[in-house]
Amino acid sequence: MQAPVHHIVGLTSIVRERLLPVSGTVLARLNQKVSPTDVVAEATWSREHVLLNVAHQLHVRPEVADRLIKFNFKDMVPANAEVAIGEGLFPRVVRAPREGRVAAVGGGQVLLEVGESKIELRAGIPGTVIEIVPNRGVIIQTAGALVQGIWGNGRIDSGLLVNIAEKPDGVLTADRLDVSLRGSIILAGMVKDAEALQAAAELPVRGLILSSLNPSFIQLAREMRYPIVVTDGFGSMPMNSAAFRLLSTNAKRDVTVNAEVFDRYSGARPEVIITLPISSEPPASREVETFAPGLQVRMRRPPAMGMIGVISAIKPGLTTLPSGLHAHAADVKLENGETVVVPLVNLEVVG
Amino acid sequence: MASSLIDGNSILAIDVGAANTRAVFFDVVEGEYRFVASGIAPSTAEAPYKDVSEGVRNAIGNLQAILGRALLDNSRNLITPSQPNGSGVDALVATLSAGPTIRTVLVGLLKDVSLESARRLAESTYMRIVETLNISDRRKPDQQIDAVLRARPDLIVIAGGTDGGASRSIQKLLEPIGLASFTMPDDKRPAVLYAGNEKIEEEIKTLIGSLATSLHFSPNVRPSLDTEDLEPAQRELARMTINIRKRQIRGVDLLDSWSGGHLLPTAYATGRMVRFLAKVYSSKKGILSVDLGASAAIISAGFSDKSTLNVYPQFGLGENLTGLLNYTKLEDILRWSSLDVSPGVLRDYMYQKAMYPSAIAATKEDLAISQAIARQALYLAMQSARRDFPRNVAGIKPTLTPLFEPILAGGGALSDASRPGQGLLLLLDSIQPVGVTTVIIDQNNLLPLLGVTASQNNILPVQVLESGAFLSVGTVVAPVVSAAYGTPILRATLTYENGTESRMDLKYGSLETLPLSSGEAGKLTVQCLRGADVGFGPGRGGTIPVSGGALGVVFDGRGRPLDLPADGVRRRELIKKWNWTLGGE
Repeated sequence: MQAPVHHIVGLTSIVRERLLPVSGTVLARLNQKVSPTDVVAEATWSREHVLLNVAHQLHVRPEVADRLIKFNFKDMVPANAEVAIGEGLFPRVVRAPREGRVAAVGGGQVLLEVGESKIELRAGIPGTVIEIVPNRGVIIQTAGALVQGIWGNGRIDSGLLVNIAEKPDGVLTADRLDVSLRGSIILAGMVKDAEALQAAAELPVRGLILSSLNPSFIQLAREMRYPIVVTDGFGSMPMNSAAFRLLSTNAKRDVTVNAEVFDRYSGARPEVIITLPISSEPPASREVETFAPGLQVRMRRPPAMGMIGVISAIKPGLTTLPSGLHAHAADVKLENGETVVVPLVNLEVVG
Repeated sequence: MASSLIDGNSILAIDVGAANTRAVFFDVVEGEYRFVASGIAPSTAEAPYKDVSEGVRNAIGNLQAILGRALLDNSRNLITPSQPNGSGVDALVATLSAGPTIRTVLVGLLKDVSLESARRLAESTYMRIVETLNISDRRKPDQQIDAVLRARPDLIVIAGGTDGGASRSIQKLLEPIGLASFTMPDDKRPAVLYAGNEKIEEEIKTLIGSLATSLHFSPNVRPSLDTEDLEPAQRELARMTINIRKRQIRGVDLLDSWSGGHLLPTAYATGRMVRFLAKVYSSKKGILSVDLGASAAIISAGFSDKSTLNVYPQFGLGENLTGLLNYTKLEDILRWSSLDVSPGVLRDYMYQKAMYPSAIAATKEDLAISQAIARQALYLAMQSARRDFPRNVAGIKPTLTPLFEPILAGGGALSDASRPGQGLLLLLDSIQPVGVTTVIIDQNNLLPLLGVTASQNNILPVQVLESGAFLSVGTVVAPVVSAAYGTPILRATLTYENGTESRMDLKYGSLETLPLSSGEAGKLTVQCLRGADVGFGPGRGGTIPVSGGALGVVFDGRGRPLDLPADGVRRRELIKKWNWTLGGE
């Protein structure tokens, strides 16, 4: 049976797409070395529209109004500009209430895109641009350690990794965040109260790597302006040993926290990338494995939820689980020496 | 390309679910169609595969191993038709429920008329309403345009105007839709279904024809103010759903091609089968199908003159699970739990489970929580679906579930239950059937597959249904009565075919069973006490033929609506007792 792979790996080749949400201009060049803060593409985007019903305002038929409209599709229209002037001795005038661009014109109406804002897409990770996606962005390759998470708040930043979680089940409280941590990426255990997230915002930090998050604070975490990656789950879950070991041994290195929102269809996942110096390009991690003895796995559900183990045997046929359900299952030897029977659908390969 | 099913003998039916993909083999055995075997594999609509055909091939591969018959060639392509060497299959049909919820904008003239019809139409597929426009909308047109753009719809459903009726108003409503679509990039433009005033179809084509990825027309869902006809539009919407999936997920086009265009949304295929059964087995009572899976809760009911199909992705047990909390409180879920679980633990569970929809309950504790959630999700789905049932359906009280015969139950949460009693108790709690009804568990989740086959081969569904491929749990007798806990409310005598008898006294608040094996028939005589009503009228008894099942005849004396004790300790004790009565630990 095929197995999903959750990446927690010390050295791998990492290839990431960085794309604008709308069509724009790509600024980066092919083979360009980029740092996380480099702007690789930009676009302008209007979130609002103004519809001018010229025919109605001038009291004319739509086809007449179309003749009177002074602007064409995609024209820029200054605020207060005369969009159309009626006929007669005392003609009525239709003016643009705001600056905008003509998004549609016809049928006696003009639709203006207004409130244009600029979007700057940053590289997010240090690396080399290996492909340009026309009008949308770039594909960047780097090499280093990779720790995937299960939840992210949609933000991205880079900085020095500081470990204040002494153990995998550490709890981040506001009083542990002092001024010495300003501008750092913090490896911080679980969050059980809102004050810890607020205190991190006030410093501010450049990112939080959490083992778990109380679901009550998901909305607050989304509102934070720094990236938050949750590695293991919701509630009070300690960080899995593989992620904790890898992250804690890389403290004091520059890391990128890309807290991308998990999307099961596109494959987007929150992740922590630690770029490492290499002499030759390491192989990329596999996205799919086949369950087999010897593979390192992580339990997605009880028993031993979140723990890391190694498959010692794949059980033949269907196994009756303690719940009474029947499923294909494996014996998994945990790091504490205990062996548990786990349905294969509750496992993901770590690698 | 698969050949016509009329000519074929063997049929391979594929169901691509959110969590699992199943390949089911039907063949002619001793002159009749039979369900032969099924293979299952994890679905692959999601990353890293992003291609449903991988899971389909894996499921067929597992089926091959069970059948000992090659269905795929060395390039993993379908062998069709069946070959002289025994390999291959004559025809393939398929259903699909995998994929993200379809973001839908509804447009209708009147909020309580055409917009309601549009809502009922859209609820026949896997959609989420993200915006609505109607004639009493007080927003300015540009605000409506921005609202539609923010909603990022995959689909726009337009209803409104009786045939030959209002046209100006619907055109006015469509202007913001057309302008919003115009400003979207070509590949983001929604598909549009127009199911309104048929007289203005040409004007609709002019207004938005060039701006939608596809503009479809169906007969008016509201040809007159007091008439609603959803079925033709549902058929069109089913096809559009598949086309939207083709844009969203790789491999759907291949599956559609393998099936010769016989690929349908799972829910629509289920609804079609229920309509078919309602016609074949027409009775005063309705036919009810409930399906609770990762992608949605589906309630389909067939009555003599009308069928309803309601798909509720918001009550699905997969990726949308945390959304259930928008409709219910944690405490309302916990009332079903046999274990003392805190609201916090339940909330953590739901968020964690939503991350991994295909994961299953391995421990007793996990199962108890998942079953409590399933009960509340199905309860809410049933409550919502009841709003759309016809007003003249047979029932004991208008505020209760109408009379159904039979009730068919499928989907992962029900068919995967470790014991038939577990699935039955879940149904009794959430559906709360009344009177006398047969409960059948679709343990192989065949119903939608029979539904997709039905339009091509109407013999197969009937023969498979009667072949024992479904698990009859038994006959349920649920009196409607108000009484004190422990008061006798019904006396029953079950007379077996060999003339022997079993008797039982049912007390209010309890569950009881009388054995009657699958395949056996008996006569049940009930005497109703305290004004209890099992469908004969208050306090009136009678004798009825009953059929057996895994649990025989089950008497549910817990009252309707089911009112669980407020005291947690007592409630949990009762739930354990009821579980035990139906064969649990």
